[in-house]
Amino acid sequence: MAIVADLKRRLFRWQSDGTAPLRLAQRRIFILPTRAGLLFAAALLAMLTGAINYNLALGHALVFLLVGLALTGMVHTFRNLHGLVITPGRCEPVFAGEVAYFPLHLASDRNSSRLALELRAGDESRSVATAVTAHGLSEVAVPVASLRRGWLDLPRTRLATTYPLGLFVAWSYLQPAMRCLVYPQPLATPLPPQQPATRSGDHHGDGGQEDFSGFRERQPADSPRHVAWKASARDGGQRPLLVKQFAGGAQTELQLDWSLTPEAAAAEARIATLAGWVMAAAAADACYGLRLPGQEIAPDSGDLHRHRCLEALAIFPS
Amino acid sequence: MTTRPTEALDRGAAPWLFAAALATTLPHAEHQPFWLSALAAGLFAWGGWLWWRNERLPGRWALGLAVAAACGGVLFEFRTLFGRDAGVAMLVVFMALKLLELRSRRDATVVVTLGYFLLLTHYFYSQSIPTGIWLLTAMTLLTATLIRLHGGRSCSTGATLRYAGLLTLQAIPFMLVLYLLFPRVAGPFWGLPQDAHSGRSGLSDQMSPGTIANLALSSEIAFRVRFTEPPPQRDKLYWRGPVLEGFDGLTWKPQIGRSRPPQVEQLSPPIAYETTLEPQQQRWLLALDVPGALGPEFALSSTLTATSREPLSQRQRFALTATLDYRFNADEEAIALRRNLTLPPAGNPRARALAESWKAADPDPARLARKAMSLFSDEDFFYTLQPPLLGEQPVDDFLFVTRRGFCEHYASAFVFLMRAAGVPARVVTGYQGGEANPVDGFVVVRQSDAHAWAEIWLAGRGWTRVDPTAAVSPARVEGGIAAAMPAGEPLPALIQLRSNWLRTLVFRWEAVNNAWNQYILGYNPQRQRELMARLGMPDADWHKLAAALAIICGVLLLATTAWALHQRPRLDPAARLWQKALRRLARSKVNCAPWETPLILLRRVESEQPALAPAFREVVFAYLRARYSGIPDDLTTLRGALARLP
Repeated sequence: MAIVADLKRRLFRWQSDGTAPLRLAQRRIFILPTRAGLLFAAALLAMLTGAINYNLALGHALVFLLVGLALTGMVHTFRNLHGLVITPGRCEPVFAGEVAYFPLHLASDRNSSRLALELRAGDESRSVATAVTAHGLSEVAVPVASLRRGWLDLPRTRLATTYPLGLFVAWSYLQPAMRCLVYPQPLATPLPPQQPATRSGDHHGDGGQEDFSGFRERQPADSPRHVAWKASARDGGQRPLLVKQFAGGAQTELQLDWSLTPEAAAAEARIATLAGWVMAAAAADACYGLRLPGQEIAPDSGDLHRHRCLEALAIFPS
Repeated sequence: MTTRPTEALDRGAAPWLFAAALATTLPHAEHQPFWLSALAAGLFAWGGWLWWRNERLPGRWALGLAVAAACGGVLFEFRTLFGRDAGVAMLVVFMALKLLELRSRRDATVVVTLGYFLLLTHYFYSQSIPTGIWLLTAMTLLTATLIRLHGGRSCSTGATLRYAGLLTLQAIPFMLVLYLLFPRVAGPFWGLPQDAHSGRSGLSDQMSPGTIANLALSSEIAFRVRFTEPPPQRDKLYWRGPVLEGFDGLTWKPQIGRSRPPQVEQLSPPIAYETTLEPQQQRWLLALDVPGALGPEFALSSTLTATSREPLSQRQRFALTATLDYRFNADEEAIALRRNLTLPPAGNPRARALAESWKAADPDPARLARKAMSLFSDEDFFYTLQPPLLGEQPVDDFLFVTRRGFCEHYASAFVFLMRAAGVPARVVTGYQGGEANPVDGFVVVRQSDAHAWAEIWLAGRGWTRVDPTAAVSPARVEGGIAAAMPAGEPLPALIQLRSNWLRTLVFRWEAVNNAWNQYILGYNPQRQRELMARLGMPDADWHKLAAALAIICGVLLLATTAWALHQRPRLDPAARLWQKALRRLARSKVNCAPWETPLILLRRVESEQPALAPAFREVVFAYLRARYSGIPDDLTTLRGALARLP
């Protein structure tokens, strides 16, 4: 078994670091007949028997031509994968329970297009199909169901094709070093009570959105839901996007503390609660900080901040 | 493996499947019962309508009902569900029904596989060149359908067909190698169904007025002959079929009786020839009179008809010899002579009376025969394909009333007269003549050359051929039926073309067909052994053949793979011309370094080879314009400049 494992490791090894582009070569591509190919072979056998029995010279020729066709088809199926260059892309974080997409860039420098390429990660039931045009580039996102928070590695991915005839399937295993951050699944709970550091009164989810004080230009960190679409659309959309500003909201400061979560609950539930708070606070465009055992993120707002908080929660050791 | 059966079929694939199904079943309409073609057409139309309206496909019970109805119909029509014609009918029905069940890609794959199978069934009926071409086209269409199925929506029609054509072309070398080297087995494995070879015309084993005249209208080829030496005169070419000795007043039949083997004394050296018989469902080899030594697989009857042990259901080739000048059974058994004097007890009194009056005047058999011949030649007998109907006394009617007839009338009347006059005589049927094809030198004998003549037995000379038709119409024997027929008689279309360019075309086409039959369709285990012997493998058994096959197919596969994986860099035309200019420059000892741009190279040429510079400058600027100006058709200037570069 050790030999098999060693062989597997050698065969399916990406390259030295697993991030560089991979060009599919002969030794990485496997090929076997499909079920349709076996049906075809059975039909050919029956046809050959008939041709011999009835002494049909052209029947022989037809059977032999079809044998040649199957062999040629095998070469062309192989060719459909051979020389394909695969470069790993960057994946967007997802919440646990969602489908993580691992983008791969497939590039072809062949003069003919490569059709019907199917990618399937691990034992996923989902697969994704794509095609690469002649001298073209195609981006494909391999779906993987995420179950737990933390880093999700792309499982061994099978890139397969039966094109053109469907009699043979050629496949190759890809295992680029790609991982996707899986945020904890947020648990919708009311936000914890306001900390004394805040200046204004009781604010819950909708705090800080009551007193409209004007527009300002949108910063990348602003949530799209605060964009003043109507105001931005004036003058034919020539203006930069505007964001509504509210009095009071920006100054609200929330401290999302591990110790505020119910102590009786399991660690995962507490993390889920914290994630829910982060989402609620971000939705409220509040200024919030996160305090975990042995780790603290200073209060801030914006998408990047939200990501940092969720990342800390995602990789927090359980 | 990855093709899951649930994979739904996209709508655009259906027209391909319909076209493929149509292409593989349509030619069967020619020989199928009408109701079956109508049923298949109806099912096709229904499937097409459902597709067009995007409606739900019929449920399982409806299809089951249709299958049961079709099976019942086939059972009623053919009395069986198996066998050749019934099997083909079932396949056609299944194909049509499967089109009503196109849900997943697996269904579509079944349609295509069934289509490939249906292609084979066409060869039961014809293996001609046009059939071959049609089926090659249909096969490419099926392959294109398969490509479309797996390539999905993004394949354009033209690209798909081109790809299928490319695959077919690449498959052809494999086909050739397999065709030549695949260890051939002589079939059949099991008894062929009754209907395996039906509907083929040819000589029959009896003769009544009209049987041969029917054949005379067919220009179908009966057999082809190649003589090793120049062929004999046409009037010597009598191809012997069944000999008919029994007569019931209307029909001549072969007489079955035990006789000793024939004794032939050869008076001239035998001539060798090779004959290729078209399938005819009979055993006669139709050998040239009289056949010489025969192989062990043949037999020679007591009446000198060469036969094969098995009916000749396939096109076959034999090497035979013949002796044109011979003496046959000079001392014949008394029982055989008696058999050839027998006439029905009554009927045709006038003919009998005439024969008896001749016999009373001069009983010498040879002179009696000459008398009968001169009756045909001197009195107003005519040779015609459309003789009037004969009454109750056919010989009397023919001899004294109508006097118009085809070869069987003359042969029959002649033998009747001879027997009545006490001369042993019998009817011989077969073919007479044949036409040498100037293109390939084969003598072609057609159904229209079918003929009947007579043999009389003369003491001391044995059985002697007498052709009464020659007395009426010498042209029939010397020039063939076209020469013998008066104008206005219906003739096979081919024979009517007396001599013009169309006739040469026909000859050419038949020579091609003959080559096809001889070398492609006629390739059998024996020819394979001969070929192997010629290739230096005299004792090639199937082990050796399989090894050779594996090696050659492996090499072919490697070559195909190399072709498939080789990536030719695509240079644009301007760059190609520029490379040409650089090669020309290298002849004048100026080599372009990889880092040199055209303008820098030009500067170097100006200093190193000032003589070349003006011409080269033109090339450089034309190249830069063609390559970078964005005007694609600017290559003419570059070509012109290149031409001026020494």
